Amino acid sequence: MSLQLDHVGLKVGQAVIIDGVSLTFERGTMNVLLGPTLSGKTTLMRLMAGLDAPSTGQIKVDGRSIVGVPVRKRSVAMVYQQFVNYPSLTVYENIASPLRVARLPKAEIETRVREASRVLRLDPYLDRLPAQLSGGQQQRTAIARALVKHASLVLLDEPLANLDYKLREELREELPKLFAATGTILVYATTEPAEALLLGGTTATLWQGRVTQIGPTPAVYRRPANIDAARVFSDPPLNEMAVTRQGGEATLPDGRRMPAQLLLPDLPDGAYRIGFRVEDARLAQPSGDIHVFLGKVAVTEISGSESFVHVDLGFATWVSLVLGVHDWEPGAAAGISVDPSRLFVFDPSGVLVRAPNSFAVLSNPVMV
Amino acid sequence: MASITLDHIAHAYPGPPGAAKHYALKPIDHVWRQGRAYALLGPSGCGKTTLLNIISGLVIPSEGRLLFDNRDVTSLSTEKRNIAQVFQFPVIYDTMTVAENLAFPLKNRRMERASIEQRVGEIADLLDLRPVLGRRARGLTADAKQKISLGRGLVRADVSAVLFDEPLTVIDPALKWELRSKLKAVHQALDMLMIYVTHDQVEALTFADEVVVMKDGAVLQIGTPADLFERPEHSFVGYFIGSPGMNFLPASVSGSRAIVNETAFDLGLDYETPALGRRVELGFRPDYARVLATGGVPVTVLRVEDLGRRRLARVAFGSHEAVATLPPDVDIGPGDAAGLHVPPEHLHVFVDELRVLGTAERLRA
Repeated sequence: MSLQLDHVGLKVGQAVIIDGVSLTFERGTMNVLLGPTLSGKTTLMRLMAGLDAPSTGQIKVDGRSIVGVPVRKRSVAMVYQQFVNYPSLTVYENIASPLRVARLPKAEIETRVREASRVLRLDPYLDRLPAQLSGGQQQRTAIARALVKHASLVLLDEPLANLDYKLREELREELPKLFAATGTILVYATTEPAEALLLGGTTATLWQGRVTQIGPTPAVYRRPANIDAARVFSDPPLNEMAVTRQGGEATLPDGRRMPAQLLLPDLPDGAYRIGFRVEDARLAQPSGDIHVFLGKVAVTEISGSESFVHVDLGFATWVSLVLGVHDWEPGAAAGISVDPSRLFVFDPSGVLVRAPNSFAVLSNPVMV
Repeated sequence: MASITLDHIAHAYPGPPGAAKHYALKPIDHVWRQGRAYALLGPSGCGKTTLLNIISGLVIPSEGRLLFDNRDVTSLSTEKRNIAQVFQFPVIYDTMTVAENLAFPLKNRRMERASIEQRVGEIADLLDLRPVLGRRARGLTADAKQKISLGRGLVRADVSAVLFDEPLTVIDPALKWELRSKLKAVHQALDMLMIYVTHDQVEALTFADEVVVMKDGAVLQIGTPADLFERPEHSFVGYFIGSPGMNFLPASVSGSRAIVNETAFDLGLDYETPALGRRVELGFRPDYARVLATGGVPVTVLRVEDLGRRRLARVAFGSHEAVATLPPDVDIGPGDAAGLHVPPEHLHVFVDELRVLGTAERLRA
């Protein structure tokens, strides 16, 4: 089966919620919708599921429009961020419910429920009611129900957002494998770039109801086609600055000028927006070096194995990633240096005009 | 202004007669110092909320004493403990302005108007609330409302401690960065004892001077973020801190060598041979282990994960698996034979889940 969205749009009153989205999903593929809250991910999934009808455009399965076909007649399973279970049914019956509706033989139901509860580690809880489970167990029940259905389209809407991060780590790894075995079209919505990268497959970046880019996940990360895609695919946020090139010189936001050939080689005069990721922002000794931007440490965030140093430069706050656990005093003088070959350059309309051609090599921590 | 002493604090719920007591919180002795920020971190059911409730006065511990400075407050009500609290969900007055909300705890204590204005201004500046001081709280976003709650928790300078119970739960993921930074800045700017409960390691490690890692009602380690990452005292801490967590491989240890599956790892230090019947594991972080084409411990690459800013390889040797960093310039993939390299200083030995030191380290300690 293939699912095709052809110039799909949705308007509510005067507000454009989904704007001309065209996407094609094939059987047995992992597809990530990556975008911040309110970028249209859930709305788009509801359209795919047939819960809402588009204002414009077509949604087709194997070339035939399904707009107007009742949800019950489609082979769709959906898991929401906020887990939904039947409160009066046991975990076993919750998982079995779509199979009972489909009137599957008892033995087949038993096999599928046992298999799903085993992989989702729900075996000990099959006789309990959802209210007697932790949030993580309730969400795993909802996922198991989507899994047993063997639907041709499975929509997972931030399914791990409410779980403990250790459980997320594990389920994130297992979920794609679980569903891949069923040959379904898997669509997974997330706000987190790291999650998209872990899931792999194909990623469509969403921004304000539009798809800003679609492609193999690592390729979209390394070569965002425009500044909206780059921002959506950067966490912590993309470090940015506005730069003007004129007469062989580039003027930076802190008033500094440098040879344009160094920063924006082989580009015409004009206004540009430069962006680079935290792994390419190196902490450096504050010095007069032309590559070093001077500022003060605002805060250091620690993720466990990485430290994110926020440096206030006056015109912006940039973030530098340092491996290991380090803590710099807020207010301490710090510099950030960037290798010009690591920069993304966008033209005034936001289109990418230059990208780094290799990926970052994270070396040992730089000590300040 | 105070320090908080947990003097053999424990909490057990009465079970059936004759049965062993079930401890929601196992005995803990510790002193939390004025001006420091502590995070209680652990999975659901680890006892962190019970501990917070004991400090706030919601729960009277079944054992031990709680001291604020030298005053025994174990059985005092919450109101008499002189603490401020910030909860998961905003607790504010919708009909009041932001400034009135911030001023409320001070007005209640009949502080002079000029001092109130000054303090409200300070807190508003710390939290970037000055532009909305004159607006009514109703109609503000959930994030802004939670910032007001934080402000109300911080506005009194004379409290013994400020307690935070998962305060960033309702915050949009994209804005958590900003609020985490704000909280950290607030802690640096204000000389207050702060206690923060969370199950999110980034929040805990970023905010706290010391993190209290808990599991099954027990405190497993209290340490700085660097301690927890570099020197986990318990294998659960190694697993829980870091993403992905530490690798653990069943091993036997003899002298300066650890044997895993007949493969030797050089530990760089002599270790005492663990007694028979003990569970011995070799632990190392994926961040410090590298997979290269040659040398090291022979392994087979099972899978490569491209995480954008780094790559991780899951490797197998014998029946065991481990995760290690795959450097960008190394071109190997699933199915390939490769070498696992772990510097000796990043290899840790755990016996029955507890990290043990090499003989030389023990002498130094």
